[in-house]
Amino acid sequence: MTALSALMRRDIRIALRVGGGALIGVLFFLTVVVLMPFAIGPDLPLLKRLGPAILWLGALLASLLTLDRLFTADHDDGSLDLIVMSRTPLELACAAKALAHWIAAGLPLIVATPVLGLLLNLDAEATAVVALTLLVGTPALTFTGMIGAALAVTLHRGGLLLAVLVLPLSVPVLIFGVAASQAVIVGPTPFGTPFSILCAISLVSFVVGPFAAAASLKHGLD
Amino acid sequence: MRLSGRGLRCVRGGREVFSGLDFESAAGEALAVTGPNGSGKTSLLRLIAGLLHPAGGSIELAGGETELTLPEQAHYLGHRDALKPALSVMENLSFWRDFLGGETGDAAQSLARVGIDHAAHLPAGFLSAGQRRRLSIARLLSVKRPIWLLDEPTTALDVAGQAVFVGLMREHLSSGGMIIAATHAPLGIEAKQLRIGGTA
Repeated sequence: MTALSALMRRDIRIALRVGGGALIGVLFFLTVVVLMPFAIGPDLPLLKRLGPAILWLGALLASLLTLDRLFTADHDDGSLDLIVMSRTPLELACAAKALAHWIAAGLPLIVATPVLGLLLNLDAEATAVVALTLLVGTPALTFTGMIGAALAVTLHRGGLLLAVLVLPLSVPVLIFGVAASQAVIVGPTPFGTPFSILCAISLVSFVVGPFAAAASLKHGLD
Repeated sequence: MRLSGRGLRCVRGGREVFSGLDFESAAGEALAVTGPNGSGKTSLLRLIAGLLHPAGGSIELAGGETELTLPEQAHYLGHRDALKPALSVMENLSFWRDFLGGETGDAAQSLARVGIDHAAHLPAGFLSAGQRRRLSIARLLSVKRPIWLLDEPTTALDVAGQAVFVGLMREHLSSGGMIIAATHAPLGIEAKQLRIGGTA
């Protein structure tokens, strides 16, 4: 446990310091969502209908933006070699890194959501629902994205590849995240159904993500 | 403790780096791996560290802790320093101490032994190449591992630094440790020689 908490503390600390990735994601999220009302125009009902989709798209792109550094940074400076050699199972180390990444880069997005909800004409209830779906869904984005990030290390110059690999995996999360939020705002489907599926996707990604990423890292080092 | 490799073959990027390589080393011994650039010194160390998979042959460790694998009992000091520029010297070292675990020593004391204790609170990004190397060496001291795999360990070290490092290697060997070092310069300690590749 000491080893895993040390790894998480280190990753969070690096992300929050100057030059770390945490701020980049939030700033990107803010930019996308703030610009959207200007692009769409002052049609309040339309904004309200598109609001959840805009927030979800922004969050998805923002989390992709910072994800490619998850393993490449450690690979470039040699830390990954030592992590692979260590007595901590690589699967657990991967899970700890993903969790740290979500705390540093995913959680701030959810904190920013209520402010941005105002810009998209979402009332308090709708904003709370979107924030809740993001809270449940963004970990799934991080944990499935981790697989792509691990592959990007082994196949050199994987930055572009990451987006291509990860996007299809993120589509279900996006669909059910937006569907659950829309259910509350416009109806008529119940909120529970898409929300349960979103929870299930997250839970599956917690199990599959670390194992797939560790397997990819183990086989692809050179 | 005895580490041996038999008939090792290494292929990188479709090209055979070496084949039929044998080596042997025992506790308290140092093995200096020499050879021209590109002959596979680093590859051999990475094979032993479990970071590359041999295309043929086997590596065996006799003795040592039976519950741990070979890489788990080894330190690898590579070309890359595994340091984060955003973290301070002390934070870098304490992270590796906590993460690698096992039998650990005092981080501050390790820094003092390699002579960079005055920079403990400086971000590692401000260190010179030699200081970064000293910090990596401090990692070997603050976490105890019986096998040291060193890749050009004295690169960037000044004369005083090299003398300190020779002392540390001697100490490690006399406490029953094992050293396998890829090197161009003489190690400064008594070592068996393993030559890879042609005579250059």
